Amino acid sequence: MTPPGFAAAQALAARHRFKWWEVLPWVAAIAAFFLFPTYLSFGTQVLITILFALSLDLVMGYAGIVTLGHAAFFGAGAYTVGILALHFGWNEPLSGLVAAAVVAGAIGFVSGVVLLRTQGLALLMVTLCTMALLEESANMGAAYTGGFDGMPGLEFAPIFGVFQFDPLFFRAQYLYALAVLLVCFVLVRALVYSPFGESLTGIRENVLRMHAVGAPVQRRLVVAYTISAALAGVAGAVFTQTTAFVNLSVLGLDRAAGVLIVLILGGYGRLYGAFVGAVAYMVLEHTLAKAYPTAWQLGIGIVLIVVALYARNGILGIAETLRGRLRMRRAS
Amino acid sequence: MDLVSIALGGVASGMVLFIVSVGLSVTMGLMGFVNLAHGGFAMLGGYVIVYAMDAWGLPFFVALATGFVAVAAISIVLERLLYAPLYRASELDQVLFTIGLVFVMIAAITLGIGPETQALVLPDWLRGQTDLGFISYRTYSLMVIVAGTLLAIGLWLGFERTRFGAQIRAAVDNRRMAQSLGVDVGRLFTITFAFGSGLAAVGGGLGAEILGLDPQYPLRYLVYFLIVVSVGGLGRVSGVFFAAVLIGILDFVLKLYYPKGGTLFIYAFTLVVLLLRPQGLFGKRSG
Repeated sequence: MTPPGFAAAQALAARHRFKWWEVLPWVAAIAAFFLFPTYLSFGTQVLITILFALSLDLVMGYAGIVTLGHAAFFGAGAYTVGILALHFGWNEPLSGLVAAAVVAGAIGFVSGVVLLRTQGLALLMVTLCTMALLEESANMGAAYTGGFDGMPGLEFAPIFGVFQFDPLFFRAQYLYALAVLLVCFVLVRALVYSPFGESLTGIRENVLRMHAVGAPVQRRLVVAYTISAALAGVAGAVFTQTTAFVNLSVLGLDRAAGVLIVLILGGYGRLYGAFVGAVAYMVLEHTLAKAYPTAWQLGIGIVLIVVALYARNGILGIAETLRGRLRMRRAS
Repeated sequence: MDLVSIALGGVASGMVLFIVSVGLSVTMGLMGFVNLAHGGFAMLGGYVIVYAMDAWGLPFFVALATGFVAVAAISIVLERLLYAPLYRASELDQVLFTIGLVFVMIAAITLGIGPETQALVLPDWLRGQTDLGFISYRTYSLMVIVAGTLLAIGLWLGFERTRFGAQIRAAVDNRRMAQSLGVDVGRLFTITFAFGSGLAAVGGGLGAEILGLDPQYPLRYLVYFLIVVSVGGLGRVSGVFFAAVLIGILDFVLKLYYPKGGTLFIYAFTLVVLLLRPQGLFGKRSG
């Protein structure tokens, strides 16, 4: 005889195992490489956005920290590799990623220690202001950052000293971004299914209870924020390396709001929401902007409103609801 | 520039910030709804007002009233149809919805009217300078200051001295308690939302001379409106007023002396204020 709750316990214990469909995004990404050879520049941008949204998912979807300033870390990473390459001749890409992760992570740690005591509107505003401060600093430190014009025409060494970045077809860039995304994804996936990840979800669901059971809430949040910032920094670094330029747009409210939209659209707190959201949003934006250069925002705005009103939890939320209904029908 | 004219210029832009933001503060305090589209109502109002003067030749104050009524009406429809279903939704769904709404507003204006900046053609009596005895200053800015002050006093009286204002204050402090005492918070919210959007519209029109008016307006000034609301404290008319004047003067002075990167100090100021007092400079500690 099985004890009560056995099925639930088993489901919980098996949660972290890889499922067959988890291969699909990666197969699709490889397939896209061969199917759309002329769209690899766009594809690289999508991969970078996925990584950026994934980093946001860790703090927003899992730990429940609503931030409007996540582009601060994307920009920190982007500017780190840009400044290192232009002023210090440090243009080896992989070590550049590490440097970007360290700088962005350090900023995330310091700001996290200070900011994460606030909640609600105040938290929204202090994250926003931190990002704006970085943006203004980048604007003012023109000697290092190039100010408003940014740093165009950066050069980076080949990956592993072998694979040259290809300014025309973006083949190397695409595969490079894909590889970085895969490594980071495996890391995030392991993290959210670990006891640490569970405690983050606990903090999101019920802070008081987590305090009551003696979890170090503040410390957990700061650690999650730091890791997320480092990942966002890596995304920014890949952006600079693959496009060979960096300017103030990496730090702006547009980018912060954009990644927020991507994640909510895909479905937050679900790991794969970043994938679905980034592809859906960017493909939609790309096609609309091409077809209707003046009116593309209208289409996107309507989609966002409809999703917010009728599809709580984003596109993956719809999929889950449908699956749940199907199961109910089968059971009855 | 001497001290007085700097102060007047700063106060004038503070007044515009106040008129636009006060509605946002009250509605966010009432429902906790993160309304990032509030600046959109200010923009719509600005366009209605400019158009009413341009095409129909309405006098300035009649045009302002038209903008108020038109945008208040639009916002009632939007509130009932689109905002209301989202009151119980998560903060993030509200963010997604209001950003979508801003996009639609921007696109609608760009398509219907065009991306260029609109100029507010002032009537003759508002142009030029007025001699105040000790200083002569732009008539328009002085009018904005007077209008803003009168509005602030009126709103404060309505807020502190009327039954309706008392209901709003009660609902901001404790919505469930107010509801159980028989206050219809839903109706309260619809009315304040419409009124706040109407005021934003007036602010958009009055401020067109100072902040400019083009389709990117709602996103460009969103951060400023949010700063004013968060520094002033949610649901406090007087708090928003002082915060708006403070930010207005700060911004004016910084733009004058540090045109490049002066806004840095405003962000730093906001950051420090909210870290020390998360409820805002003038807000009450909640809970």
